[in-house]
Amino acid sequence: MRAAVELEKQVQVNRRSFLQVSAGAAGGLLVSLYLDVPAFAHEGNRAQPAKVYPPDAFVDIRPDGKILITVNRLEFGQGVQTSLPMILADEMDADWSQVIADLAPAADVYKDPVFGIQMVGGSGSIAHSFQQYRELGAKTRAMLVAAAADRWRVSPAQCRTENSVVYGPGNKSARYAELAKDAASKAIPEQVRLKNPSEFHLIGKKVLRLDSRPKCDGSQKFGLDLDLPGMKIAMVAHPPVFSGKVKSFDDKDARTLDGVREVFEIALSKGSGVAVVADRFWTAKQARDRLKIDWDLSGIEHPDSSQLWSKYQELVRMPGNIAVSRGDEKAIDKIAPANRIVAEYEFPYLAHTPMEPLNATVRFDGDRAEAWVPSQFQTMDQMAIGEVLGLKPEQVTFHTEFAGGGFGRRAVIDSHVPREAASIAKRLRGTPVKLIWTREDDVRGGYYRPMHAHRVEVGIGPDSMPAAWRHVIVGQSLVAGTPFAAMLIKNGVDETTVEGTADTSYNLPNFHVTAHNPTVNVPVLWWRSVGNTHTAYVMETLVDELATRARIDPIEYRRKLLKPEAKKLRSVLDLMAEKSAPWRRNLAQGHAAGIACHECFDTAVACAVDVSIENKRPRINRATLAVNCGLAVNPLTVESQFQAGVGFGVTQLMARGAITFKDGRVEQRNFDGYTPPYIMDAPVTADVHIVPSTEAPTGCGEPPVPVISPAVVNALSKLTGKRYRSLPLVSL
Amino acid sequence: MATYQLNVNGQRKQVNVDPSTPLLWVLREELKMTGTKYGCGISACGACTVHLDGIATRSCVVPVSLVGDRSIVTIESMAADPVGRAVQDAWVDKDVVQCGYCQSGQIMSAVALLNATPKPTDTDIEESMGGNLCRCATYVRIREAIKSASQQIK
Repeated sequence: MRAAVELEKQVQVNRRSFLQVSAGAAGGLLVSLYLDVPAFAHEGNRAQPAKVYPPDAFVDIRPDGKILITVNRLEFGQGVQTSLPMILADEMDADWSQVIADLAPAADVYKDPVFGIQMVGGSGSIAHSFQQYRELGAKTRAMLVAAAADRWRVSPAQCRTENSVVYGPGNKSARYAELAKDAASKAIPEQVRLKNPSEFHLIGKKVLRLDSRPKCDGSQKFGLDLDLPGMKIAMVAHPPVFSGKVKSFDDKDARTLDGVREVFEIALSKGSGVAVVADRFWTAKQARDRLKIDWDLSGIEHPDSSQLWSKYQELVRMPGNIAVSRGDEKAIDKIAPANRIVAEYEFPYLAHTPMEPLNATVRFDGDRAEAWVPSQFQTMDQMAIGEVLGLKPEQVTFHTEFAGGGFGRRAVIDSHVPREAASIAKRLRGTPVKLIWTREDDVRGGYYRPMHAHRVEVGIGPDSMPAAWRHVIVGQSLVAGTPFAAMLIKNGVDETTVEGTADTSYNLPNFHVTAHNPTVNVPVLWWRSVGNTHTAYVMETLVDELATRARIDPIEYRRKLLKPEAKKLRSVLDLMAEKSAPWRRNLAQGHAAGIACHECFDTAVACAVDVSIENKRPRINRATLAVNCGLAVNPLTVESQFQAGVGFGVTQLMARGAITFKDGRVEQRNFDGYTPPYIMDAPVTADVHIVPSTEAPTGCGEPPVPVISPAVVNALSKLTGKRYRSLPLVSL
Repeated sequence: MATYQLNVNGQRKQVNVDPSTPLLWVLREELKMTGTKYGCGISACGACTVHLDGIATRSCVVPVSLVGDRSIVTIESMAADPVGRAVQDAWVDKDVVQCGYCQSGQIMSAVALLNATPKPTDTDIEESMGGNLCRCATYVRIREAIKSASQQIK
C-alpha cells in the first residue's frame, strides 16, 4: 500500500483528500479518490465543511475521574488501544492511571483521516491519527481550562494543567471530572497550541499495554467469544474449487442431529455454498460434515500449482507492463555474461491464519440490523452487510470486536465473511447468528498472499557495483476489478506487486522493472507488508550476493549502493552495524551472520541475524534490529512489534510455509499442512534499537516483516554456499 | 445427549451434551468460560490448553465423555493459583501480549512447565511451549516472562 503513503504525503500539502466510499448505483461499492476537492456527501454532491472531530466522540470524562478514550480503529495486536489514548492523554494532561480505552463502532467520525474510510492498513494507525489525537487532546484540555477559568473568573492563561487537574491563581484547583459538564458547553476551539516534544509526559515513554491483564486472565472477549441471548452458530460448506456452485444437496443425515435449526443454500461472493445453523458449534460442525453436496464445478478454472509455475516461468522471461524505466534498457545486454547474474525466484501462496478464526455475528430486525465483527475494514463491512440486508449503512449498528490477529485477513475488499453472516441472518430474522469459519475453512478459503515469480538480470560494472538491472515480476493483482484499482493500478501494473523494488532506495543505473498481473481463480489479498514480502527478499538477497562476489562487507556494500537521500536507511544501517558488531565479531563455530535492510511504509529497518543449522533447519540464535520510525510514540510497543514481527516474517521460510493447489483444490487443511513458526523457529532473542527522532511517526506494523527472511538466508548462504531463490525453504 | 459431572476449577459442574463434544466447546458454550480458545481443532496450536489432573492438555481433541472425574483447570482460575498468578504478572510486566488470543494457552503451558520444572532452561522452554502457536510470534517475550516468573516462584 505504497499508494497510501504517497497519498499521505499529498495530504500534508493539500489538507483535503478522501477516499470516498459509498453505495454504488449497481449495488457494488464505490471507492474513489478525491484530491484537493471538498469531500462529498453520500447522496449527491453536497459540499461539506472541513472535518472537525468533536472531542465528545473520543473522550468521556466520568464523574469518578475515569477517562474513556475511544480508539477509531481495530486493536489486533498492534497496540493502538494503548498508543492512541497515550497521544490524546498527553496533550490533555490526563492522569494516565485513570485512562481506559474502547474500540469505536463504525461511524463517519472514526474514519481514518487519510484513507477516508474506517480501517487499519498501510501501517497507518499512528502515522495517520497522531495529529488527530493530539488535537483532540489539546482541544479537550482547552475546554476544561476554559470551564475552570470561567468558574474562577480568571483568564485561561493563568491556569495550568497536570494529571487531570486544572490549577489557577491562589491555590485554586479543580479536577477534570468536576469540570467536565461545564466544559462540554464550551465551544470547540478551532486552533490550539500543541506541546513541544520536550513537554510530552507520555509520548516517547515506554508505557505498558492497557489490554495485558484481560488478555492474561481469559477475560478479554474477542469476536469469537461473543454470546448473545438466543444466539445460533452458523457454518458454511464452501465449494472445493473457488467459484463453484451448489448443484444439489442432501441434508437428511445432517438434520437428524439434535440442535440443527436450518440448512440452506446461500450465495457467496463467488459461487454458492450451504449454510448450517445450529445451537452449538459442535452440532453445526458435525451437521456440515454430514451434508452430501453435489457441486457444479464446470466452466471454472481449476488452479494447479505446478501448471501455474510453468506459466509464470514463461511469463517472467518476457517483459511485462512497465513500472520503472530508467536509463538504457539494453545496457544489460552489452555487459559480458561473466559479469552478469541472472536470478529466478519463486514465492508460493501464503495464508494469513490469524489465531482467532474468522467470524462475524449479525442480527437482522427488518428495518435495521446489528453486527459484531473483528474488522479491519469497518466502513466496507458495514456497507456490505447493509447491502445484503437491503439496508443503508447507517441502519446497521456495527460493533468493532477485538481481533485475535489479522495481518490483512480482516481487511477484505469484498467483505466475504460479513456478507455470509448477513445472508444467513437474513433468513433467521430476529435471531443473532454467529458465523464461524473453522481453521480448515480459513486455510482452504483463499484470500492468500499471491504466488510470485521474479527474474532479475544484474550487470556488474568494473567497480563491482550494479551497472544495469532488469527485473520482471509475475503475480496476481490484489485489486484488479475492485474499486481500489483506479488508485493502485498504474500503466497496467498493480503497485503492490512491484513496491519494494520499483521504489528501491538503492542507486541502480539502467533500471527497468516490468510486471505481469495474470488472472487466476484464487482470491488474493494483502498479507502483512504486502509486496515487500517478496520484493525485499529478492533485492536483499541479490545485493548480498553482489557484495559477496565483490568481496566487500555486506553492510559497507549497502552503504555504497544506497542513494544519498536514503537517510533513514543509512541511519538504521549505522545503528545496526554498531549494535551487532560485538557479536558479529565473535560468532560461534558453525554460525554465520546475515544482513538485510529495507524501507517500507516510510519506516526503515536494518537487521542482523546469527544463524546456525540445527536438525537441517535454520536456527536464529539472535536478531539485532535498528528502526527509524520517526518519533516512537510508545517505544515499548515499537520494540515488541519488531521483536515479534520478524518472527511472523519467518512464516515464509517454514518448510511447510506454502499453500498449493492440485486440480483446483487446496492441498493443505490446517496447521499440520500449513505450519507457521513456533517458538523454536523464531529468533531466540531480538534486541531492537530505535533511532532517536522527532520527525512525524511512521508505521511499525508491517516494516518488521520483510527484513528477516533475506537476512536469514544470507547467513545460510555463508554456511552452505548455496543461494536460496525458491520458497518455502523445504531443504537447506 | 448424555449428562456429565465435571470438576472445573474445583467446582462441580453438570452438563448435558453429545458425548463426542470436545471439552473445549463444553467449557466455552455450556459453561460460558471463553478464556480457553479455539484455534485449530486438531491439537496443533495449543490455544485450547487446560490442565487435566495437572497435565497440560489440548481440550479441542478431548471428548467430554473421556474426562471422567479428572480435575479440569482453566485460565479463569490462574489468578488464584500462586504459580499462575506469578506467570500472569510476569506476562503483564514483560508486555508479552499482542493480539492476545493465544496467550491463555501459552500461560497454561507455562504454568504446567514451571510446576514440573521450576528453573527451566531454554531447551525445557522450547520443549514445553513448542506446541503453542503465536501468530504474532511474541516468543522472545514469552521466554523472558517464563524466566522472570521462575525467579518469583519460591
